[in-house]
Amino acid sequence: MKEMIKELVSAYGPSGNEGQVRAIIESLAVKATDDIRTDSMGNLIVLKKGTGGGKRVMVAAHMDEIGLVVSYIDKNGFARVNPVGGVRIPSIMGTLARFADGTVATINREKAMTKGNEVATWDEIFLDFGVDSAEDCPVGIGDMACLDCAYADLGKRLVGKAMDDRISCAVELQALLEMGESPNDIYFVFTVQEEVGTRGAMVSAFGVEPDLGIAIDVTLSGDTPEDDPFAVVLGKGPAIKVMDSGSIAHPGVKNWMIKGAQEMELPYQLEVLKFGGTDARAIQMSRGGVPSGCISVPTRYVHTSVEMVDMDDVENSVKLLKGLLSKPIAF
Amino acid sequence: MLLEKISNARGVSGNEKGVRQVLREAVAEYCDDIKVDALGNLICYKKARTATTDKPLRLMVSAHMDEVGLIVTGFNGDGTLRFGCVGGIDGRVLVARTVLIGDTEVPGVIGCSPIHLVPAEARTKAVDADKLVIDIGATDEASARKLVSLGDYACFAVTYEPLLDGQLRAVKGKAFDDRAGCTVLVELLKEDLPVDLYACFTSQEEVGLRGARVAAYAVDPDAAIALEGTICDDLPKEQDKTPVTEVGKGPAITFMDRSFIADQRLVKLLTSTAKAEGIPCQFKRAAAGGTDAGAIHLAREGVPSVTVAVPCRYIHAPASVLSLNDLENTVQLLAAAIKRMNGGLA
Repeated sequence: MKEMIKELVSAYGPSGNEGQVRAIIESLAVKATDDIRTDSMGNLIVLKKGTGGGKRVMVAAHMDEIGLVVSYIDKNGFARVNPVGGVRIPSIMGTLARFADGTVATINREKAMTKGNEVATWDEIFLDFGVDSAEDCPVGIGDMACLDCAYADLGKRLVGKAMDDRISCAVELQALLEMGESPNDIYFVFTVQEEVGTRGAMVSAFGVEPDLGIAIDVTLSGDTPEDDPFAVVLGKGPAIKVMDSGSIAHPGVKNWMIKGAQEMELPYQLEVLKFGGTDARAIQMSRGGVPSGCISVPTRYVHTSVEMVDMDDVENSVKLLKGLLSKPIAF
Repeated sequence: MLLEKISNARGVSGNEKGVRQVLREAVAEYCDDIKVDALGNLICYKKARTATTDKPLRLMVSAHMDEVGLIVTGFNGDGTLRFGCVGGIDGRVLVARTVLIGDTEVPGVIGCSPIHLVPAEARTKAVDADKLVIDIGATDEASARKLVSLGDYACFAVTYEPLLDGQLRAVKGKAFDDRAGCTVLVELLKEDLPVDLYACFTSQEEVGLRGARVAAYAVDPDAAIALEGTICDDLPKEQDKTPVTEVGKGPAITFMDRSFIADQRLVKLLTSTAKAEGIPCQFKRAAAGGTDAGAIHLAREGVPSVTVAVPCRYIHAPASVLSLNDLENTVQLLAAAIKRMNGGLA
């Protein structure tokens, strides 16, 4: 599974540019089913048909990652950028930006010599492609970059960019590949444009019209030095979401997840996040409303290029998801 | 000229009927079906005229009828009116403006102290918009109430007129955001196109893309284009960092803004059409603002969408300025691009 995670997090896929990630996922998903389609916005919808009598379930993990979009190229070939999703400036200084075709640029700020210790504003950030004129600039206005990958396998824990939310794509894929028979029709959806406002999940939920929605996403952890109080830590199991600022988990769905984890004797944690939102919020609000919940993979340093997850949590997330979906669902 | 007529018409969000009426008359002879929905959207259907397929693309093209403005929220004992802003208005542009209130166009002035009475240090600060009132010349609340009702809308009293008849063919007027888009959309309805065109003149864009949301649900299109009058900040800049758009450089294509990420096939169709036809165009070089495309692209199962805009200086202020060249080039680019949509999106 580590191999798959490395391939997924290393792939390029800022919001609206998920094609390369989608191709990887599709090539793996075909081993489990041939009922695969891509909708008009780019969501990949993979159906694992049930044996009948069960529920119609939508499981969503988003393919997109945060990034930068080129908004202006000056006469010397430097590019100005806007953020795509929740990018924090201190987290991107000193990393490389990488474009769809592999082109890389350094991320820099104006007046680094005198103001290098101050946090820059977006107006002061620029990219350097190593060229001297606008004509030689290898990218165009509107092109998007992701942060370049700094993947590292620390043994029990993995580090890379875009663990948010490729780690959940990996969890979904692994569950799909390992799934045995189930009475439920399970739509494994790999969504687009979550980081800019859960947009892909909104339209794919309309299309799938599920009885139950489950988002798989990362959550933060409260276990690093002087962290804000937050009762989720790495290595203590998948976090079952109670609420965040985007949604409140359907209590029946949340309790069904807790009961499932207890019956399977899997470790789990409960998550109450003060901010943030996941695809669960979009699915929940679709059409006449869909009972929804979220399973979170605890992650350190979210929205940086060194997001860290724990393999025990990842594997237990797969087991929890697979176990929950294999049986008749009642909540 | 249509732009002049609809720029002078009043249509603050939720009260678009004046603009709708002019537009309805202007498009009647070109449409196969016209309806007004529950939120006041004017939805004009023109069947494909030149399609070579049995199932022409259902294309929604939207332009919003509404403009930012004011709404009367209360009466003061001295006969002046309290008001709130409808849509995004920078309080600094309100001071010392003339406005027209309600259906009877009661004239009013947003008053301010004369310079003689303002201490030097206060002149460097913006006036607090909450403290501004509209003066209609009434001496007490009762006489003000005879002319104006709570909830009456007010718009800026600005009349359309051409500016210097030079290279830009610049004109000034009220609410070019988005009467410029409305003008382009009417011109598109006159064209023979290979798509089933749903020209949607939408309501309540300035307060949250509300009209477009329900129009897109009803139309259920295969693809969409939002037409706009967009931000332009091309007056002299000290640094080579922006402008967002420039007047006279052609229609501005949005790659991304706060409300949506444009469909890459549609962006490519527009840029390649512009190149092939020799029509100038530019990108909107900032991911700021939001347009009807933000609502339309999320309708139902999703709609590939893009926004094309006429660059307008000073939007969301009383008078804006645009170039008729840009307006005409926007019509040409859209018509040429839509003609290439025969058979759907690539």
